Amino acid sequence: MRDEQLLEMIERYINGEMTADERAKFDAMRAKDASINTKISEHKQFVEMLRHYSERLELENRLNAIHEEIDVHTLKEDLMEHPSWIVQLWRHHHSKISVAASIAIFAMLVTLFFTGNLTNQDPRFVQLKQEVDRVKVQQKRLGDKTDRIISDGTSKGPAISAKFRGTGFALSGNGYIITNFHVISGGDSVYVQNAEGESFHTKVVYTEPQYDVAILQITDTSFKNIGTVPYSFKKSKSDLGEDVYTLGYPSDDISMGPGALTALTGFRGDTTEYQVSIPLNPGNSGGPLVDANGNIIGVVNGKQTQASGAAFAVKSNYLLKAIQNIPADSLTKSLNLNTKNTLAGLSRPQQIKKMRNYVFMVKVYNQ
Amino acid sequence: MNNQFNVEIPADSEVIIGILNNSDSVLKKLYLAYFPMILQLVLNNNGNEDDAKDIYQEAIIVLYNKVKRGDFELSSKLKTFLYSVCRRLWLKRLKQLNRYGGDIKDFEEYLPVEDDVEKHHERDMQLNKMADALKLLGEPCKTIMEDFYLNNRSMQEICERFGYTNADNAKTQKYKCLQRLKKLFFQQ
Repeated sequence: MRDEQLLEMIERYINGEMTADERAKFDAMRAKDASINTKISEHKQFVEMLRHYSERLELENRLNAIHEEIDVHTLKEDLMEHPSWIVQLWRHHHSKISVAASIAIFAMLVTLFFTGNLTNQDPRFVQLKQEVDRVKVQQKRLGDKTDRIISDGTSKGPAISAKFRGTGFALSGNGYIITNFHVISGGDSVYVQNAEGESFHTKVVYTEPQYDVAILQITDTSFKNIGTVPYSFKKSKSDLGEDVYTLGYPSDDISMGPGALTALTGFRGDTTEYQVSIPLNPGNSGGPLVDANGNIIGVVNGKQTQASGAAFAVKSNYLLKAIQNIPADSLTKSLNLNTKNTLAGLSRPQQIKKMRNYVFMVKVYNQ
Repeated sequence: MNNQFNVEIPADSEVIIGILNNSDSVLKKLYLAYFPMILQLVLNNNGNEDDAKDIYQEAIIVLYNKVKRGDFELSSKLKTFLYSVCRRLWLKRLKQLNRYGGDIKDFEEYLPVEDDVEKHHERDMQLNKMADALKLLGEPCKTIMEDFYLNNRSMQEICERFGYTNADNAKTQKYKCLQRLKKLFFQQ
């Protein structure tokens, strides 16, 4: 009997497809040949295995389908033991943090390199150097001064820089100068410097703090009479809108500030002052306020910080009042104000050219 | 702990009856009910979510076969049984991967389930051999085998499907295929 036929019989036997007749014959065969029984059970097992395999495959597919529906990611987030927020921050952003840190370090190094702090130099050393320089300069000045004293026995005024600075102008050719009280107050020695750069020692003859006026007298022996002043002092009131200008020393060189008379009262309605629209700087204080004809109409004394273009000048008649108030015994020389205006009719540059020798820088020193 | 994920936990008896009746919905309920527990176990013991999936599905298959064979006694909770099987399987897997640190972090109580796991492994090996044999068998033998032995199609149907001139030819072909499959299976 061929194996193929035997297999078919076994299969039909297992599946119970045999007729009663066939079955009886097959049973007889089984009784005769014991190996057939083994073959039957073997085949049965094998087919079962095949069936199990397909069942397993099917079950796995079912399980996978179910698994698909689970949001594993969310579940995982919930189940993980959460580390502290700082660890999480590091885990999520460590690359960004690293980049930021490297940039910061690099920037710091670059800054240090370019500011020179990366070298071994101690910054205090630089300061010390400046100190040494200053000492050097002072030493040199001292030496120069000594040399000058030795050479001509006169002093041109101290070389150390002034503490405060303002402007003043001559009242008369013999050395009386008017400036602001606030320029010289608090100082213990006052020098004036003319347009040529010569300094002269002065003495404060009289002050009138209420009008912010101070009168100085040049006491320096090297000072020579500068001649009659070219301008006169206006006694009457000036009119609103008049063209005015001032001369002064906001810097080391004399400068002119043009403007107009914008109000007949000064700061907060002060009737002793005019309000003028002139660009002013510290150092202009004490300068003359001159009208188009070359009359002194006031002394510049301040500006309002919160409004642009509002500066103030003490009116000339208060100036004259102050001059009258000078006690006679404080004047060692006569103080005669010029009444003849030689500037009238001249152009402004011509006026200034004539006036500049009578306008001084006021330098104030204290210890 | 499963309650915090708003998962419906089926009664153990419901699950057993459902498995015996091949119920899809019960299988799904069972799967969803205990997966978080196993995910937690695996994630916290050097595994990832794919490991958890593999382990859990194996455990479900162990339970499924045990119930189908009729030797699952409700002496322990299903949850405990599944946890124990997974724990055992995961320990084994960790050892294979040399990732086992000698200690496992437990979240549930567990039973000794070595026998079940061993049985499962033997069976698994056989089935894997079958899978390999079928793969090597190739077409059309594979489909003929499946049609005849798994889908219970008659020789006449198979004959028509594969275009054999008569049923005898198909039978001969089927016989040859089976012999080859057996040979491939037992050779391994």
